[in-house]
Amino acid sequence: MTLPHASDSAVGENRARLRARALLPLAGMAIVLALVFFALDWVGTDYAYLAAYTVLQYVVLATAWNILGGYAGYVNFASAAFFAVGVYTSVIVYKTVKLPLIATMPLAAVAAGLLGLGVGYLTLRLRGTFFSIATLALSVVMSTLVVNWAYVGGSRGVYVLRPQTIDFFGPYTRYLCIVMLIMAILSIVIARAVERSWFGRGLAALKDDEIAAECAGVPSLRLKLAATALSGALMGAAGAPFPFFVTYVDPATAFGLSIAVNTIAMPLIGGTSTWIGPVIGAVLLGSLQQIATVTISSALNLLIVGVLMVIFITLAPNGIVGLVQKIRERRA
Amino acid sequence: MLNWDLLSNALVSGVLLGGFYCAVAVGITIAFGMLDIVNIAHPAFIMMGAFIAYFFNTSYGVDPLLACVIAAPFAYIGGRLMYRLYYLAFERHGEESLQGLAFFFGLLFIIEVGLLLIFGVDYRFVEARYIGPGIEIGFVSIPWRMLIGLIVGLAMVGGVALFNAKTFTGRAILAVSQDPGALRLVGGDPVHVKEIAFGISIATAIIAGALLIIIQPVEPSIGRDFIGRVFAICVLGGMTSLPGTVIAAMLLGIAEALTTTYLGPSWAPAVSFGILLLTLGVRPSGILGR
Repeated sequence: MTLPHASDSAVGENRARLRARALLPLAGMAIVLALVFFALDWVGTDYAYLAAYTVLQYVVLATAWNILGGYAGYVNFASAAFFAVGVYTSVIVYKTVKLPLIATMPLAAVAAGLLGLGVGYLTLRLRGTFFSIATLALSVVMSTLVVNWAYVGGSRGVYVLRPQTIDFFGPYTRYLCIVMLIMAILSIVIARAVERSWFGRGLAALKDDEIAAECAGVPSLRLKLAATALSGALMGAAGAPFPFFVTYVDPATAFGLSIAVNTIAMPLIGGTSTWIGPVIGAVLLGSLQQIATVTISSALNLLIVGVLMVIFITLAPNGIVGLVQKIRERRA
Repeated sequence: MLNWDLLSNALVSGVLLGGFYCAVAVGITIAFGMLDIVNIAHPAFIMMGAFIAYFFNTSYGVDPLLACVIAAPFAYIGGRLMYRLYYLAFERHGEESLQGLAFFFGLLFIIEVGLLLIFGVDYRFVEARYIGPGIEIGFVSIPWRMLIGLIVGLAMVGGVALFNAKTFTGRAILAVSQDPGALRLVGGDPVHVKEIAFGISIATAIIAGALLIIIQPVEPSIGRDFIGRVFAICVLGGMTSLPGTVIAAMLLGIAEALTTTYLGPSWAPAVSFGILLLTLGVRPSGILGR
């Protein structure tokens, strides 16, 4: 069968237009982020950089979690463990070879990715709930490991000295903030690429019905393993700058409850079906918490996040994105 | 050189600990094994029980175990209401996997932080005559508080087994665990049966909480250490099997006691995870699974 040449080029043109439209939100976001960054420079205090760093870190974590949790429907409760693998890889590098942060982050990503691969290999062949339960226990076991490992500080923790300034970037806090900004953009680009590729469609298919997907030729175990490793690696990379951010790391902060809860709450509140959901959730909840920690206690703060999450999954299971879509549909 | 004194003490304390783990895990065997409700908030309800015991013990001098036995019927009602909500919000739409898990995770978290805000981060303990002394048989020592854990734990599993075997509702619970569709065909209502069973599951958690605070001082976040334990026991025991739960609980108790004796107590939390991963990797159907 042959098609007329003209319509072929029209299809190509159409596709190009579609692609341009698809890139629009990404470009918009980049502009917004750049503006935020200029605003930070204008404020210029350490606190502003550190607050922005925390929010951006949650953007990375929530986006990473969503690759497995949102696209494939496999709930990973061990985000704190993957994050902590990155944190402690960074601590080990700091205590041995002292590589620059940029070189440490890929190492942290590899370490956390391997952890995801290992746990996934043992549990992903079974029902999804077993994977979730294993990840719940994983955080406990990883913190047990660290507590018993004197070299990385054990339960007493370890101090990490950060330089006051760094060449070209100015204050080190500003540098950390830039690193996390790049990391956030990178993870969003990755999540978006996954979502729109055969990889993401395969994950979506096995989320709907794993047996049907398997029958249709989707290599479900391999896709799940790849998604777990990718998601874990991004979380690990997000953990690598953390020791320099807090300058004192102990298991209680590295395996903190706030990371475990926020990483799940943010995508669920924002909406899990697209890449924008976790970003919205992370920016919204992250900034709210930055404001709230100043005024109320951090425990109460986390309680609010937990309650919000339960309310959202009960009443608005598709998150903020789902709510917006519903309102739009009603108008149309 | 094997030290028999040390080994026999470790084995005995392992069995005692295993008895307590029976109480902790029986609720999960009901909820997760039989009803297919992944209640990861179960340990949080155990902590709730522990703090109920603490509150009534310190404020009114009530025996901790008695306090939780009195509280258990209320927990049963609470559990039924919770299942109603869970059913209406998730199970009815077949969305229990992702959203249901997140729902229970949220509950776990809310309870833990709530307890933290009310009782603080300090370790709390209760007072009762049987906490402290013990009996010595040769060179093996058996503390009363651990013995109570063993007796009550076994009694709870026995009670649930008896209930399931002898009563109509109990047999209906077993029917739900095997085939909810078939139960519907013979005129039973799976939702109603699951509601009752889930209530029982939560009630056992509250009583297990009393045992926990009798055995050791507690603070809100130690509940997390029990997540790995309860699910390791449930999976290792073969999900639905009550005798399997007892065997698995004993095995975990002994494994943890040996680890504590020979490697140090700080390694004990990792044991359950090892067992869980090993079971899932090698034999997902557990010891007594079909």
